[in-house]
Amino acid sequence: MASQIAHAGATPVKPDDIGEELRLRLYRLQVEIREAEQRAYDLFLQNLVKGTSHLSLGQEAVAAGFAAAMEPGDLTFCTYRGHAHTLARGASVEKVLGELMGRDNGLLRGKGGSMHLTSVEHGVMGSYAIVGAHIPIACGAAWRAQYKGQKDVTTCFFGDGTTNIGSFHEGLNLAVIWNLPVVFVCENNLYMEYTPIGDVTAVAHPAAGRASAYGLRPVIVDGQDADEVYRVAKAAIEQARSGGGPSLIECETYRYSGHSRADPAKYRPEGELDRWRQRDPIKVYRARALEAGVSAEALGAVEREAKRKVDEATEKCKAAPPPPVEILLTDVYADGGSAWRN
Amino acid sequence: MAELTYRDAVARGIAQEMARDPDVVFLGEDVAKAGGVFKTTVGLLEQFGPLRVRDTPISEQAIMGAAMGAAMTGLKPIAEIMFSDFFAVCFDYLANQFPKSRYMTAGQVKCPLVVRTANGASVRFGAQHSQSVENWVMMIPGLKVVAPSTPRDVVGLLAASVRDPDPVIFLEHKGLYASKGEVPDGEILDSLGTARIVRPGKNATILALALMVPRALAAAEKLQAEHGIDCEVIDLRSLVPLDMQTILESVGRTSRVFTVEENPRLCGWGGEIVSLIVEEAFFKLDGAPVRITTPHIPLPAAEGLEDLALPSVGRIVDTVRKALEA
Repeated sequence: MASQIAHAGATPVKPDDIGEELRLRLYRLQVEIREAEQRAYDLFLQNLVKGTSHLSLGQEAVAAGFAAAMEPGDLTFCTYRGHAHTLARGASVEKVLGELMGRDNGLLRGKGGSMHLTSVEHGVMGSYAIVGAHIPIACGAAWRAQYKGQKDVTTCFFGDGTTNIGSFHEGLNLAVIWNLPVVFVCENNLYMEYTPIGDVTAVAHPAAGRASAYGLRPVIVDGQDADEVYRVAKAAIEQARSGGGPSLIECETYRYSGHSRADPAKYRPEGELDRWRQRDPIKVYRARALEAGVSAEALGAVEREAKRKVDEATEKCKAAPPPPVEILLTDVYADGGSAWRN
Repeated sequence: MAELTYRDAVARGIAQEMARDPDVVFLGEDVAKAGGVFKTTVGLLEQFGPLRVRDTPISEQAIMGAAMGAAMTGLKPIAEIMFSDFFAVCFDYLANQFPKSRYMTAGQVKCPLVVRTANGASVRFGAQHSQSVENWVMMIPGLKVVAPSTPRDVVGLLAASVRDPDPVIFLEHKGLYASKGEVPDGEILDSLGTARIVRPGKNATILALALMVPRALAAAEKLQAEHGIDCEVIDLRSLVPLDMQTILESVGRTSRVFTVEENPRLCGWGGEIVSLIVEEAFFKLDGAPVRITTPHIPLPAAEGLEDLALPSVGRIVDTVRKALEA
C-alpha cells in the first residue's frame, strides 16, 4: 500500500507559483494562529481560560495553506482542535479568545466554548467535539451545494484518530457515491489522543491508506510546509468545484502540546518534539520567504502586527463582561427560547 | 375527501411538501427505487427525481449527518431511519448534534430537518425492531417529537414538521401503516404542540399516543357500554411541544387520569406527564394517576408474548375499571 501512495510534495513545481502577496499572507496566517494559541495557553496558566482546550501549536501550516486556497463562501468544518481553522478563515482573535475566556464578546457568547468555535459569516460551520460526527455533516453541506447548483466547496478537517471511527467511513463512502464537492483533510499529528496512531491503526497512513477503499487517490502532503499544503489544497478544491468529486488528503504534522490542557504529553519518545521543532512550520517558512526575496522588514512587520492584534484582543477580552444570565435559556428552539410545553 | 391508508398518507404528506418547496429533499435506505420497506414512499422518486429523493447506503450516521449539513446550509431535508430502534446507531446526531447546534452557537447554526421513522410494536418483529423510542428523544432539549395516530394527522403533522424551523423527530407507528382514515383533499397543514380530544368523557382522562390511541378509544367504548364509565381520550400527537393545557383542563373536568404508552415502565413519557399533573393539579385529582405501560422488558417476538407485553384494550379496560371502582 505505502508504495502506491503519492507524496504530493514530490511533484515538481514551477519556480515561484506562490508569489510575494500569497507568501506574506501564508506567513501572516501562521504567525497569527501561533500567537493567538500561545496566548490561549498563557491565559490558561493565568486561569482566565477555564475548561479544556486543544491547541494546534505546530500544525499551523495546514490551517493556513487550506484557508488561503479557499474562496469566500467556501465552508470549513473542523474539530474541537479548531481554533486555528476558525482564525484562518477570518474570525477575529478577540472573538475567539473571548469565547475561550467565557465572555460575552466571544463568538458564541460563552455558550459553546473552545471546542465548538463557529463563525458562519466566515464559512466556519462549526467545530465538532464528537470525533467523526462532522464528516457526514460536511457531506450534507456539499450535497446542498450540488443540489442547488451553488459553487462553494466544503472542506472538512479532522485528526488521525477520526479515521478509526465509523462515521468517517460512512461519510467517505457517501461523498464518493454522490460525487460531492467536499475535501477531507486528515491532520495526522501521530497521536490519536495519548496513544500513537500506529499502535491502533491497521495501515501505516491512517487516511491515505484507506483512500483506495473508497476509490480515492491516496494523497500525503508535508503538513509543515504551508506552500505544499496550499498547492494540494488548491488542486483538491478546484477539483471539487468543477464537479470532479471529493478528495482525501493526509497532512503529516505534529502538535507541540498535549492532546488537551490536561495532557502533559509524557508518552512521547525523547527527542521527538525537538526533531519536529527543527521543522517548525513558521521557522521553515520564514527562512524560505527570505530566500525568495521577502524583506526581513516585511516579515518583522507581520510578526509585530500579529502580536499587537493578539495583545489588543487579550485586553479587550479581559475587560469584556461575562455573558448575561438571560441567555442561559435562549436559542434552544427557533422561537428563541427553551419552552417545551404550554 | 378520500379514504387513505396511514402508509399512503406518508407519501402524500412528503409529496405535498416537496411540491410546495424545492428546498425539501428526502433521503434514506431503500426509499427511492424501492419505495420504502414499508411502502411508505412509493412514487416519490418518479415524481421528484433522483436528486431530491435519494437512496443511501446502510449508513445511519451518514443519513443523519448529511441531513444536518444540508439543513444548516439552507435545505429542508426529510431523513428516513427505517426502524426507530436504529436511532441507537446514530444517536450522536439526535443527542449531540441536531439539538445542540443552535444553542452552542448562540443561534448562528439552524437545523430545520425532519427524521421520519417506523416506531412501535405489534408486528412481531422482536426486541430490536419494535421499540417505542419516543422517550429516548423526548428528554433531549432542542428536539421536537411528533407521533400521529391517523392518516389525516400523518399528512398535517408531517407538513407542520417540515415547515418547523427546529429538528423534528416524526414517529410513524408501524402497527398503523395498514389502518385507514378519511383525508381531506388539497393541502393539509396542522400545528405541532396541540393535543386532540378524540372522545369527550366525564369520568376519567386517558392520555395516549399513536397505536395506543385506537386502543384507548376501543377501551373507552367498552368501559361505557359494559361498565357505564365515561372516559375522555386525548391523542397527545406531539410530546414536544407538549400541550399541557389540554391535559390539565381535561383532568380538571374528570379528576382521574390514565396514561397508555408502549414505552417500558421505567422512564416512559407517562411518568413525566403524571409528575406534571401531580405538581400542577394535585388537588383536582380524586385518585392516584395510573400508568399503563409495557413491563420493564425487551419486547418478545411471539404474538402471544408480545400481545401480553403491550397495553391492550382489555388491560386498559380492567385497569380503569379497577381504579375507578376502588
